[in-house]
Amino acid sequence: MSSTVPLGGGAPLVDAHAHFLHAGAGRADWQRVNDARLRAGDAMGVTYHVASVLGSYGHSSPTYFPSPSDVTRGNDAMAEIARAEPERVRWYVTVNPNYTAHALAELKRGRQSGAIGVKLLASRRADDPLLDPICQAAAEYGFPILHHVWQHRTREWPNQEISDGVDLGNLASRHPTVSFILAHIGGGGDWAHTLAAVRDVPNVYPDLSGSGVDRGMLDAALTTLGAQRLLWACDLTMETGLAKLRALEVIGLSTNDMADIRWRTAARLFGADAFPRCRASGARHATTTA
Amino acid sequence: MIDCATWIGPFPFRELPHPEPAVLVRVLAREGLSGAWVGYLPAPWQRDPTPANDALFASIAPHAALRAAPVVRPDWPHWERTLRDVAEQGAAAIRAYPMHWGMGPHDDRLRALALACGEIGVPLVLTVRFEDLRQRSPLDVAGDLTAAHVRALARAGDRVRLVVTAAGRELLEEVHWGLTPDEQRRVHWDFSWIWGPPEDQLAHLFRTIGAERFVYGTHWPLRLTQNPRANLDLLPPDLRSDGITDAFSLALVRKTPT
Repeated sequence: MSSTVPLGGGAPLVDAHAHFLHAGAGRADWQRVNDARLRAGDAMGVTYHVASVLGSYGHSSPTYFPSPSDVTRGNDAMAEIARAEPERVRWYVTVNPNYTAHALAELKRGRQSGAIGVKLLASRRADDPLLDPICQAAAEYGFPILHHVWQHRTREWPNQEISDGVDLGNLASRHPTVSFILAHIGGGGDWAHTLAAVRDVPNVYPDLSGSGVDRGMLDAALTTLGAQRLLWACDLTMETGLAKLRALEVIGLSTNDMADIRWRTAARLFGADAFPRCRASGARHATTTA
Repeated sequence: MIDCATWIGPFPFRELPHPEPAVLVRVLAREGLSGAWVGYLPAPWQRDPTPANDALFASIAPHAALRAAPVVRPDWPHWERTLRDVAEQGAAAIRAYPMHWGMGPHDDRLRALALACGEIGVPLVLTVRFEDLRQRSPLDVAGDLTAAHVRALARAGDRVRLVVTAAGRELLEEVHWGLTPDEQRRVHWDFSWIWGPPEDQLAHLFRTIGAERFVYGTHWPLRLTQNPRANLDLLPPDLRSDGITDAFSLALVRKTPT
């Protein structure tokens, strides 16, 4: 085994927002992409990928409005990947809240198959009452909800019913016992609006993923929310995840703050048992860096 | 290796942390870069480029690692004289912003600028975008540079040298495969907006068009300087030794302006 320190450092690292493809996604190279995520994750030092499959990714129904059958097939594929990679992969069960009975059934099925959270896309505005039964089930199961978010929606955009930080904050305020992961503050739109929108909603936790690497974004997130409200993640661009890790090092965070962003906030949200390799590795890392 | 895509000065649409030359010099040292081509960030939104260029040269003068990439807009009176003057002042490259100046892909003035830069051996730097479309201010209406602009300028003459920054994979491929091999060699690209894993777009482009077509650009102070290095570090193992081009080498053959 190589003793090389990973590109992202040797401390535990949870990618709280990842995706895998599958054979029904309409791409001949789906396995290559999945392998690339694991390859890059290992190079960076990702301890766990917390991932979801988004239906058929547009192949047989729209990515952000997946049909019930595509949701089911995607969740099946995701569960299989997690079963095959128990040391590296955890998963969210994806649902479309427009189909309440199906969504609740998928949540129950996902829980039985080992899911640890819920993935909501952009099938319905975040503060719509149709999301309430999903949140109630998430509260019962102890599932955090990762919600796709557009940072400051100023108009409708095609192919999504977008929600922003205000919308998700409204939902989170109705369900104070549920933890909501606000997806990708670097994923498009105005992240500064999001930080202001969720500052006073303590059960909303933005993830840092997205292709956006604006200078000032990480500093503002830390100043506004603090490390205990932030989760490191990559989504579709792992190089931006690595760049953000390195930028956080330059900012000069304390070891505790870095650990929160890298994995401990995730461990608090998903439960201490979700990431056993982090606990073991974190204890070792704390000893060697003390 | 130099950074071919940096600016100093404020950005009209959001606050940037410390967009000052002294900070840039420290960042370059931290990132292991030997220097940078530096533009003046307010310039694209100003009509007369002269004050922007004056401010740029004055601001970076104390810093040997920083080389000016001033603006020459070819619809401005006496632009040829401006080009000559900034070249004599040591400009490493010339920046042009066709979208902000309302110039279409086949604008003769733009073509003349590309040819004039080529004649004196100075690369012309084109910026596809400053920000992601989804976060732009409603007042920022210039739009992304088009592939048609780049193709037209690459075809303008054999001495033309273009450095195109902030292009995505689609635009880059649309240009590259729409040019002859000779024309392709006139264009270099930074990879600041090219995705790494898991899609591995950068790896794909290294394999298909060649690593040598790429130069290093960070888009400081707009974007994290760590991003291009992270992208290179995450290349599949078989590509990690493939060398990109140092933009410094693109401006070495300099003719005296006449």
